[in-house]
Amino acid sequence: MDGIPGILQFRAGFGRQTVAYPEGPARFPERFRGLPVLDPSAGDGGRAGAAVCPTDAVRDPGAPGMTIDLGRCTFCGLCEEASPGAIRFTRDYRISGRTREELRVDGRAPLLAAKLDEKARSLFGRSLRLRQVSAAGCNGCEAELNASGNIQFDMSRFGVAFVASPRHADGLVVTGPVSANMREALLRTWEATPAPRLVIAVGACACSGGIFRDSPVQSNGMPGVPEIPVDLWVAGCPPHPITFIDGVLRLLGRVEGDRLQLAGTGIVEAG
Amino acid sequence: MTTRVLQAWNGEAVDRGDVPVLPVEEFQQIVADAVTSGARVSSLAGRADGDRTRVTAVLADDALGRLSLLSTRVGSSWPSLAAECPSVQAFEREIFEQFGVRPEGHPWLKPLRFEPPHVPGIDPWGRIARPSTIPGDYPFFRVEGEEVHEVAVGPVHAGVIEPGHFRFQCHGEHVFTLEIVLGYQHRGVEPLLLGGPDRRTVTLVESVAGDTSVGNAIAHANAVEALADYQIPARASVLRGVALELERLANHVGDLGMLAGDVGFLPTASYCGALRADFLNSLAEICGNRFGRGLVVPGGIRFDLDAAAAGRLADKVQKAWEQVEGASRLFFESPSVRNRLDGTGVVSRETCTELGLVGPAARACGVSRDVRRDHATGVFRFLHIPTVTGETGDVFARAWVRRLEAERSAEFVMRQLRSLPGGPVRAPCPPPRPDRLVVSLVEGWRGELCHVVETDETGRFARYKLVDPSFHNWMGLAMALRSEQISDFPLCNKSFNLSYCGHDL
Ligand code: SF4
Repeated sequence: MDGIPGILQFRAGFGRQTVAYPEGPARFPERFRGLPVLDPSAGDGGRAGAAVCPTDAVRDPGAPGMTIDLGRCTFCGLCEEASPGAIRFTRDYRISGRTREELRVDGRAPLLAAKLDEKARSLFGRSLRLRQVSAAGCNGCEAELNASGNIQFDMSRFGVAFVASPRHADGLVVTGPVSANMREALLRTWEATPAPRLVIAVGACACSGGIFRDSPVQSNGMPGVPEIPVDLWVAGCPPHPITFIDGVLRLLGRVEGDRLQLAGTGIVEAG
Repeated sequence: MTTRVLQAWNGEAVDRGDVPVLPVEEFQQIVADAVTSGARVSSLAGRADGDRTRVTAVLADDALGRLSLLSTRVGSSWPSLAAECPSVQAFEREIFEQFGVRPEGHPWLKPLRFEPPHVPGIDPWGRIARPSTIPGDYPFFRVEGEEVHEVAVGPVHAGVIEPGHFRFQCHGEHVFTLEIVLGYQHRGVEPLLLGGPDRRTVTLVESVAGDTSVGNAIAHANAVEALADYQIPARASVLRGVALELERLANHVGDLGMLAGDVGFLPTASYCGALRADFLNSLAEICGNRFGRGLVVPGGIRFDLDAAAAGRLADKVQKAWEQVEGASRLFFESPSVRNRLDGTGVVSRETCTELGLVGPAARACGVSRDVRRDHATGVFRFLHIPTVTGETGDVFARAWVRRLEAERSAEFVMRQLRSLPGGPVRAPCPPPRPDRLVVSLVEGWRGELCHVVETDETGRFARYKLVDPSFHNWMGLAMALRSEQISDFPLCNKSFNLSYCGHDL
């Protein structure tokens, strides 16, 4: 069948694609690595894990206060491999926080971003237009942010969408470690965004410089750009689209509570 | 180029002392002759060598599947070859930017990525003393005349994409020239890799270009394994091939969707956007990450699949592929789509050869080059994926080549997942041996990924040169826009879909 009938026929066969989240579960593969749970008294206490970590994200191994800084973590899972028992990654995709410090976790409690105050929610809660600025992001975060808008994750269901100009935006989404060569463009884009405005830092690079931390040609992410206050920090390398969407919806107060909307893996139930 | 160069295969480590050091004239004569007779410059890179710069060339002879290595020592300048061999223009600018070696007579000498020099005490562009922003301070090419106007786009673009600056010289809608300024994404990857391998190395390599994590991780692992004289188990080799082709599938299918979006054909844009995810999720089924991060390490791969899981994954890929076929049929058979793709953004075969384009962008011009066939390593030495070429060099050809390549990749993935060899997927890889050099090429989804790695006398990385396919291909996009309508720029840009950070490093 050609033309419009062919398109419609194909469409009918394609079925519903959009994930059930937040009302129902989103599917994550069995091996997905989300929030880690730490047990410094088990195994080697995480010492070997700390030693292999590419971003020095594992802090105080063996001590009761041991944490993983999700702002640095690339979720490579090497620490889990090196320190079985002491470090275990769960599939809890909710890994964003309102402050940079919150991202230092031990996994004993879920990491749920708190909502904005009432005034801000009344401004942004039903319609949030975001301008994305890649400040030396490797196209991992950018690709996942793009995917957040596709028909699977369909972020615009919630009135959240990316727009072309900072002038049309309610806020910025920053990715990348903020290269020296992008710093000014980032600042200017922020200045061009009308206040009140939100800023969301997405990915290990934007939260800490990630794997590029301490390279002299970047800023160690948004903590190195104090001119721009950040309202939401989203961990991941890159964060899964649902992680990003969940963080934004929690910020807007549109998802609350700690019900984990997690379904089984894709290949077990092929398709 | 017989006796004065060192011949090597892709992924074959050599003693670095065996790479001949030639006088500059002879070195350049060999490079120029090789290029004239059809070889490509895969890499041309400097490193500090006392108070001089050692420049090493990697020439790829695709017909013979051989690589030629040669080097020379230069001071603060050398004659430019770029007028004769345009494919070296960016390499010469890079060597100037990193090591201060001025290419005398370069037809268009300008900053490449605004990278601080790799050696102290030089300031090739005079920017250190006078810090300035890009592109505010840049020697743009200018067309002057009545009603000629300039259009500036970027670095921050309308879409969710990486930054770069595009400067058009136009007359109405008509584009005379497009100049592309990059460097915004520079993160200092090469200096960070020096002194490795260390615990950061693999993650760094995976982050060179996030959409090419698997490709770069394989190129890196192949290099390190060659430097250590280590062979990975067969099962790991096949699963690496599966991951590489899944990465290609995800990106090619995603690109078809993006192209559909750019011409306003929303059905295919929506379907391919979602179907791309099936291939990304397949990678995540293997290793937990949708971009295949954490999968490939020197020594093999970190995650295995049992036979049942591999079979289910093959079924999943098959189902997704059948839907891609339908979605792309709608696209390619729609006359209004074809009308926008056909004849838009043409790159001639001559221009392609001259610029040394690689990957689908080259194959769309009818230039048949593919590392998987020409310089096969790993699983591709035993299992061949047919190379696809187009003819017309336009947006249509770049889209169609992707469509056909994706089909070959899907077939490969399904077949391999259903017949994986047994055995382990990983064994400990010894450290690299000292004073060696290896060239590791991988056909990433954008084209040739080239890693040239040298170890010092202790076995640490003394130089780690990365050449992303985009490094060769950005100039192709600039040429494709000549005499086009400026409104076709997004479409042309998407049809190349080049990496900013892969170029900027
Ligand atoms: S998973 Fe995170 S904490 Fe663990 S080794 Fe990787 S980067 Fe470090």
